[in-house]
Amino acid sequence: MIEDIEQFREEVRAFIREALPDDLRRKVRREHAGLTPADTSRWMRILHGRGWSCPSWPVEYGGPGWSFEQQFVFERELALNDAPHVSVFSAGMVGPALIEFGTSDQKERFLPGLANGDIILCQGYSEPDAGSDLASLKCRADRDGDDFVINGSKIWTSDATWANWMFGLFRTDSSGRKQHGITLLLVDMATPGLSVRPILTFEGGDELNQVFFENVRVPGANRLGPEHEGWSIGKYILGLERIGSAEVSRTSAMLGRLREIAAREPLRDGYLIDDADFSRKLVRAGIALRQVELTERRFLFASDDVGAEASLLKIKGTEVQQQVISLMVEALGPYGQLDPEDTSARDNAPLPDAAHHAAKTSFNLRKSTIWGGSSEVLKNIIAKSVLDLRS
Amino acid sequence: MNGGLSDDQKTFADSLDRLLTDALPFARRQAAVATPGGFDGDLWQQLADLGCMAAAFPEELGGLGGGPEELMIIGEKFGRHLVTGPFLASVVLGGHAVLFAGSDAWKVDVLPGVARGTTKLALAWVERQARHDLHDVATRVRPMNGGWVLSGRKDVVPGGAQADVIVVSARVSGERRDRDGIILVAVPADAPGVVRLDERAHDGNRVSTVLLDGVEIDDTQFLTAPDQGLAVLERVIDHAIAFVCADAAGSMWQVFETTLEYLKTRRQFDRTLGSFQALQHRMVDLYIDCELAWSMVLDATQALTTPQRRHAVSSAKIAVGESARRVAEEGVQLHGGIGMTMDVPVGHHLKRAVVMNATFGDVDHHLGLLASSPVFRESSHV
Repeated sequence: MIEDIEQFREEVRAFIREALPDDLRRKVRREHAGLTPADTSRWMRILHGRGWSCPSWPVEYGGPGWSFEQQFVFERELALNDAPHVSVFSAGMVGPALIEFGTSDQKERFLPGLANGDIILCQGYSEPDAGSDLASLKCRADRDGDDFVINGSKIWTSDATWANWMFGLFRTDSSGRKQHGITLLLVDMATPGLSVRPILTFEGGDELNQVFFENVRVPGANRLGPEHEGWSIGKYILGLERIGSAEVSRTSAMLGRLREIAAREPLRDGYLIDDADFSRKLVRAGIALRQVELTERRFLFASDDVGAEASLLKIKGTEVQQQVISLMVEALGPYGQLDPEDTSARDNAPLPDAAHHAAKTSFNLRKSTIWGGSSEVLKNIIAKSVLDLRS
Repeated sequence: MNGGLSDDQKTFADSLDRLLTDALPFARRQAAVATPGGFDGDLWQQLADLGCMAAAFPEELGGLGGGPEELMIIGEKFGRHLVTGPFLASVVLGGHAVLFAGSDAWKVDVLPGVARGTTKLALAWVERQARHDLHDVATRVRPMNGGWVLSGRKDVVPGGAQADVIVVSARVSGERRDRDGIILVAVPADAPGVVRLDERAHDGNRVSTVLLDGVEIDDTQFLTAPDQGLAVLERVIDHAIAFVCADAAGSMWQVFETTLEYLKTRRQFDRTLGSFQALQHRMVDLYIDCELAWSMVLDATQALTTPQRRHAVSSAKIAVGESARRVAEEGVQLHGGIGMTMDVPVGHHLKRAVVMNATFGDVDHHLGLLASSPVFRESSHV
């Protein structure tokens, strides 16, 4: 069994090294700076050619039908070989939700495009007045015959300028409790009345957007799951996100790159990695990551169902990720202050290209404890669902 | 949290938990701690009858054929119930030193009694100047009149007061901090020249200073060759670390569960304490600490028989040591005034966590070991 999985690992590793385009590898090594959804889509197409773009999907829907162990190894090998992750929205969230709740017509229409990278998704959940309190969302989808007509706005929508489809939660009934009356719709981003306005983030990134809907007409056939019952499907999708969102593999690769930097940065008569204080920080980060990784594996392979407990993986995984990227900035010493836009493209830039992007990514990754359920909201969920503490 | 254990192991864990719940209510535990030996002799016998002392030894030596996982189960329950007594000293430290290093004669002579709970062993390795370094050994074995004499001083020896035989790390050659030239020697506790001064540790256990003044020994008492003593000692101590990590994790779960229960019942400001979000989030932090610590305990336990042993054990000692202390301190805080009292267990869990951190290398010591290890330097993904 162990030999089998090691053989599988070798096979995956060999394919990635052979098939990964150099420009994508370079962007991943820059801690993902400049990596766009179009890049991910390109990588999905390459993986799709090998049947590997959607690791968790069963064979009957075009997936590889891998065991958890194989999926785990695959994800790890992607990260350790500087490859982009597969699209979390397509392969990890909406695909599985369609397989679980979709009609056969919807599966036929969407699954092939999700698998081969043709469909680029964005997630329409948060609104200006519905952030952590997501269930209070107001963006309306009114019935008009078989269609829905959407009016309102979504915000913090990552990659909306690249996406050709949105999966979103919309208000279809306001009469009951707020979790009722929400419907999950798949929206073609080219529909008339839909517009996207980028929101600049403080590190200079433009992945976030606000999306406006003015009488945007969506066919009823694009409804995923029962009308008014989208909250439970949305929660199901978020639950899928929480396990992967520990990002153990990516952080593990980041830690490896951090060690490379520490082994190269001069300090006194040796290198930064020889420094007692800094090397201990590296060890601490490694242990913090190991704890999340071991717990993720324990939950993943547990015989009992793991529910809200899994939220702790996102809480701790994102903490470690921020810890590691901050150490990377620290490792750069005085060069940690340089903005890569002005520096790394120069012929005589002081540091290797990849290192210049660490600080920028460290700012960008402040998002990871905010989105996909902020750490505070996840603690509320654990307090209620696992510890049975009531307000 | 029992995932990965066999049905037999789960049954054993449940039986042990039931025994400790019935036989060691907190008041009785406190009474046992106050006796001269610091533990309950009847309970010791009951634990032996249940198979705790025999669990990890091979069947041909009077054991039940288990191993590190059985020790983990026992540790977890002992931590939950704040068990005192020379189990760590006799079974985990002394017993495993003999098991890993002893001649067949020694094993056959000593281990069946250890497995029955009738013979008690101890391991003496700490010296004043060595702090947490296992290889810093000033205690010496010198040849004399065709035999040998052992001289030196060992401190904070767990179970030293109860031991029939003490296994001592001593130097036969080389300088004080050389890694070679260290052996393990088995010394009867009543041998001429052995003096024990007993002290009490914060967790209620008894530890001893052992003075070794020209103790005459012969080479049948050498458990190891001079080039193997340190490796065996490290292996034994790693087993002990995995055990105390399991103990600490059990203690953490117990603190977490009792504190949670307290917050659900204690009312202030016309509501339960557990309804305040500030306290809920702190309880979630404790819960997360418990889950993460348990993962490290499982990993360290399973790594004991693999090449990853050193790395996994030091990582666990650091992570569990810090979180055990944090959880116990938070447990005291969240209990409020009642948490400060002698008759409530939570403070005693804090004492146990402090002892755990002071023993077998503290956080800084293990950080240093890992930071200077070849694995850390050569591997890009550890």
